[in-house]
Amino acid sequence: MEHAVAATPAWAVLAYLAAGVLFILALRGLSSPESSQAGNRNGMIGMALAVGTTLALHPTGLLLIIGAIAIGGGIGWVIAQRIQMTAMPELVAGFHSLVGMAAVLVGCAAYLNPGAFGITDATGAILAVSRVEMGLGVAIGAITFSGSIIAFLKLSGRMSGSPILLPGRHIINLGVLAGIIVLTGVFAFDAAAGMGQGPLMWIILGLSFIIGVTLIIPIGGADMPVVISMLNSYSGWAAAAMGFTLQNTAMIITGALVGSSGAILSYIMCKAMNRSFISVIAGGFGADSGGAGAAKGDGVQKPFKAGSADDAAFIMQNAETVIIVPGYGMAVSQAQHALREMGDLLRKEGVSVKYAIHPVAGRMPGHMNVLLAEANVPYDEVFELDDINSEFGQCDVAFVIGANDVTNPLAKTDKTSPIYGMPILDVEKAKTVLFIKRSMGGVGYAGVDNPVFYADNTMMLLADAKKMVENIVKALNGGGH
Amino acid sequence: MDFLSILSIFVLAVFVGYYVVWSVTPALHTPLMAVTNAISSVIIVGALIAAAAGAITDGGGLSQWLGLLGVVLASVNIFGGFAVTRRMLAMYKKKEKKPAASK
Repeated sequence: MEHAVAATPAWAVLAYLAAGVLFILALRGLSSPESSQAGNRNGMIGMALAVGTTLALHPTGLLLIIGAIAIGGGIGWVIAQRIQMTAMPELVAGFHSLVGMAAVLVGCAAYLNPGAFGITDATGAILAVSRVEMGLGVAIGAITFSGSIIAFLKLSGRMSGSPILLPGRHIINLGVLAGIIVLTGVFAFDAAAGMGQGPLMWIILGLSFIIGVTLIIPIGGADMPVVISMLNSYSGWAAAAMGFTLQNTAMIITGALVGSSGAILSYIMCKAMNRSFISVIAGGFGADSGGAGAAKGDGVQKPFKAGSADDAAFIMQNAETVIIVPGYGMAVSQAQHALREMGDLLRKEGVSVKYAIHPVAGRMPGHMNVLLAEANVPYDEVFELDDINSEFGQCDVAFVIGANDVTNPLAKTDKTSPIYGMPILDVEKAKTVLFIKRSMGGVGYAGVDNPVFYADNTMMLLADAKKMVENIVKALNGGGH
Repeated sequence: MDFLSILSIFVLAVFVGYYVVWSVTPALHTPLMAVTNAISSVIIVGALIAAAAGAITDGGGLSQWLGLLGVVLASVNIFGGFAVTRRMLAMYKKKEKKPAASK
């Protein structure tokens, strides 16, 4: 380990800094759809700059490296072109797992060949501070990897979305977490570990893979917006920890940006469900058994009004304002295109049509917005909860498609309800509520019955969301004039 | 760079991230996740160093292959993440102004 690593030249330090600034601009661009595409281009330029600078500093083994970039880039490109918009949550989860694994690989490579990364002291031992950073980076990377794999399996339906509750899981998780922290401390001061020997690194890695799994399996499907944001955050912190090891500004800035981005999204999602972050992470919400607040009621089917597509078409044609409330059910049945067609037909008849989005509708932040954008719904017709909620009182029809808990007024009145305190869309205030639901049997994710189903001003449209909307479109085309 | 300078950059970047991300419109939260995912693949820098160094130092063989695998994974993310973000952003359109018919 003789070779001294030259300090990074000034131009390269500046280039990495510029890459970091370009990444900041990439996120800044997302403040409005108009500036977002330019923002994304800034991100790409920043990445090209960071990669180009690194290759210029280390111009060896280029053939293999370019081959590796071509293979990975080709796979990524094809996936990005082919993926369906409804599958975006599992795609993002899958991509997070790759960042996690890449962080693990970089950490292991640095551990095995520390001289190349310039993190050794005069005796060739890895600096203690680098070992802490490396241990943390590898641990966070491994948690991101295995956690994201579980999230991916749940979101893509390859694994049941309902919580899997291990006995004593809190004790297990806290024990493993404490083990990782203690071992990372020992790792920093262990002489063998400094020389790249001994099992400590691998034990930390193994424990981290395990806790990633045990942390995510007890968390249910509809809490996924929090989970996916949290894993987003972790992937950032992993990159930042590696940035500390490599003393690389681009990595540190990016890691900090992504880390805080994911943390903010987790916070917004938790707030939109009126749940604490801890309670989401503790998991178990929405277990099959119903748990705390299973559908209260006397077991007797309450009376409700059912309607047909023709009824719905007639009511909406004669309305002045219609607010459409989409939820996860719309994504599942891919109803967004038919829905936009319905909106267009209504608008032709002079009806004002708007869309109302609850922050946790769907399986990831902004999920509904992307699907509506895909169906060519202009984004200035799509409104967030706070901006539109006051309008339900004056609107003629609230058209709920595949959403349930986010419209449940018990969240405002029933203190014992598991969803009490969650901000909801006040659909019950509309003159008429049209509620598409597959059947009266199932209750929402939280296992709470929704009084809107049985209200006098509600008409239930019991069918698959897409079929029902298509039939309404037919009725609008045929019956109108 | 010493540890404290790096820490300073990190702390300031966390604050920059905090304010920038709060200004992101909720309608673009999914593209935000996709693009943050793409940029966090800047971890490829570490993988590139390992892959390049392995080619010249003895005993860096395993480290080189780990680095190359890291380059592959990060590249999937970089190309996939930016491309899918671009695809999504291209879908966000404003209302066409031409027909001032209704209302």
